[in-house]
Amino acid sequence: MSQITLTIRHEVGLHARPAALFVKTARQFDSDIRVTCRDRQANAKSILGVLTLSAGQNAVITIDAAGDDADAALTALQTLVENNFVENHFGETG
Amino acid sequence: MKALQGIAASSGIAIGTAFHFHRGDLHFERHTVTDPVAEWARLAAALEAAQRQIAEISARAKTESGKEEADIFEAHALMLEDPDLLETMQQAIKGQSLNAEAALQDAAENYAQMLEILDNEYFSARAADVRDVASRVLRILLGIAESPTAGLTIPSIILARDLTPSDTVLLDKSLVLGFCTVEGGTTSHTAILARSLGLPAVVGAEPEVLEIPPGATLALDGGAGTLTLEPDEALIADYRTRQQAGAQLLARARKDAHVPAITRDGHRVEVVANIGNIAGAAAALAAGAEGVGLLRTEFLYLEHTHLPDEEEQYQAYRAIVEAFGSRPVILRTLDVGGDKALPYLDLPHEMNPFLGFRAIRLCLAHPEIFKPQLRAALRASVVGNLKIMFPMVATVAEVRVARMILEECRAELLTEGKPVAEEMEIGIMVEIPAAALLAERFATEVDFFSIGTNDLTQYTLAADRTNALVATLGSGFQPAVLHLVRNVITAAHAQGKWVGLCGELAGEPLAIPILLGLGLDEFSMNPSAIPLAKQIIRALTLAETQELARAALALDDVEAVRELVKRRVPAVNL
Repeated sequence: MSQITLTIRHEVGLHARPAALFVKTARQFDSDIRVTCRDRQANAKSILGVLTLSAGQNAVITIDAAGDDADAALTALQTLVENNFVENHFGETG
Repeated sequence: MKALQGIAASSGIAIGTAFHFHRGDLHFERHTVTDPVAEWARLAAALEAAQRQIAEISARAKTESGKEEADIFEAHALMLEDPDLLETMQQAIKGQSLNAEAALQDAAENYAQMLEILDNEYFSARAADVRDVASRVLRILLGIAESPTAGLTIPSIILARDLTPSDTVLLDKSLVLGFCTVEGGTTSHTAILARSLGLPAVVGAEPEVLEIPPGATLALDGGAGTLTLEPDEALIADYRTRQQAGAQLLARARKDAHVPAITRDGHRVEVVANIGNIAGAAAALAAGAEGVGLLRTEFLYLEHTHLPDEEEQYQAYRAIVEAFGSRPVILRTLDVGGDKALPYLDLPHEMNPFLGFRAIRLCLAHPEIFKPQLRAALRASVVGNLKIMFPMVATVAEVRVARMILEECRAELLTEGKPVAEEMEIGIMVEIPAAALLAERFATEVDFFSIGTNDLTQYTLAADRTNALVATLGSGFQPAVLHLVRNVITAAHAQGKWVGLCGELAGEPLAIPILLGLGLDEFSMNPSAIPLAKQIIRALTLAETQELARAALALDDVEAVRELVKRRVPAVNL
């Protein structure tokens, strides 16, 4: 099992568009992916689970992945979060 | 002819027939089924049908009302395929032989409640989306027609108890002339949508609205907040004239959004924006804002589960100040406490939060909260034109102490070798009558004033602005409020200081001529109101508005003031 810890920098947090992108990215992989924020854990492929983490701006999340494509999944999610959900400061996605 | 009163939510005029929006009864029986496999298949089919509906309305939302609405439906689509939700429902049907309706309702309600209790408002608000999605599937399961708008075939005024995002997206906007709802305030979904579509809306109207016969002729005045049943010919003629004039004015306003607001006799005022985050900055610039008259900093605090540190604040302020280049950005220091609680600060519950321990009162008592914000603001001041203002100031002593703490922060930063702008204007919000009355003394202590008419009105009239029963008292057009505004402007100008206004009044077409005539230097408003405000100012002369303001100050009540402006400046009666 692999694990990474990331900080959500996006202004609205893991919510709205960022949450949707996060879940969609996770769903591209077969691995079981769990995301933890403070004392809550959720299935990274569940939008409702991810929302209930209430991970606002600057929240620290830990992602665990288990499965054949676990490393690829973590890399994809890390890229998404670190590129601030490919949105610029004005929240425009073009 | 009968007039029903509500809250003015989006200005404009509409004349048309009544259409009632009914969502339908979603009642069902909870029972066990004999064939859980077939029941699961029935739910799966309903989920698929819902998915198709959402794809269709999401596409429609994208072209009609913009990305933000479309994003809501993208989230709805993801909820329908949520693996956890599906598993819970499957468990209930296949494991407990529950019927599909009950399984769906239980699972969705479970999530809605989990979301609802989150202390972050952004997340807790998603509970409504889960319920919205669930009722869509429920409608399909129960065989209730998808569209509560099936009978909408001619241009109509939509009447409803309340409207959700999924309701309004169903409406064919080419057939909607305006909205009137019984529930909701000026920040409800209906109000926001109406403003973004440029359609008139009245919200929080008398419940009698729901009893209006379908097809009855109605006249809606979104700016006045009135719905008239069976209007007479004179009223219709008057509305039609205003409607045409309004449409022309608005078209010109949008075209000239970036032209400065200079009156016909050459007097220039600043038109700036009220924003609360970086997304607002982009909207403000696009709308022609000449800066930011009110940067609410609460968003940084309310979104967090901890007190945002200096660095986080610095990054956020810096981005906004940079976006505006050399244009001014007025940062209002933290305005929380009372009704705006911060979960990580253990503040006592108050009987009268609007009269309580909040804003500058709280900040002065908690330098560990106040100083990081001031330090962050000072550091951000080097990248552009940042000014600071303190909210809820009641006494001169508060300003002096606040300035002293600010100076302390500046000295500390310089010692640490961190750059700070050499000069920065410092102002206060004038929103407590005490400050308005003694404006003359405050003027020697600060560089500018920004009048917060929303709070100034509720404190002057002793009318809680969240209480619908006294909502009509709490109008910025009250002569008492206008007298205080005049007093503040006169006192400031006598000492060479300038005055802005950042309440709802600044963007209200009927108020603009009076405020201009009273000598207001800066009008700060929601970005969407900027083009029209600038256009109105450009159509006036300072001389005529000065005379208008004098006449308004001599009147006794709100209606008389509004009538005066409508009579003297018919163009602003939108």
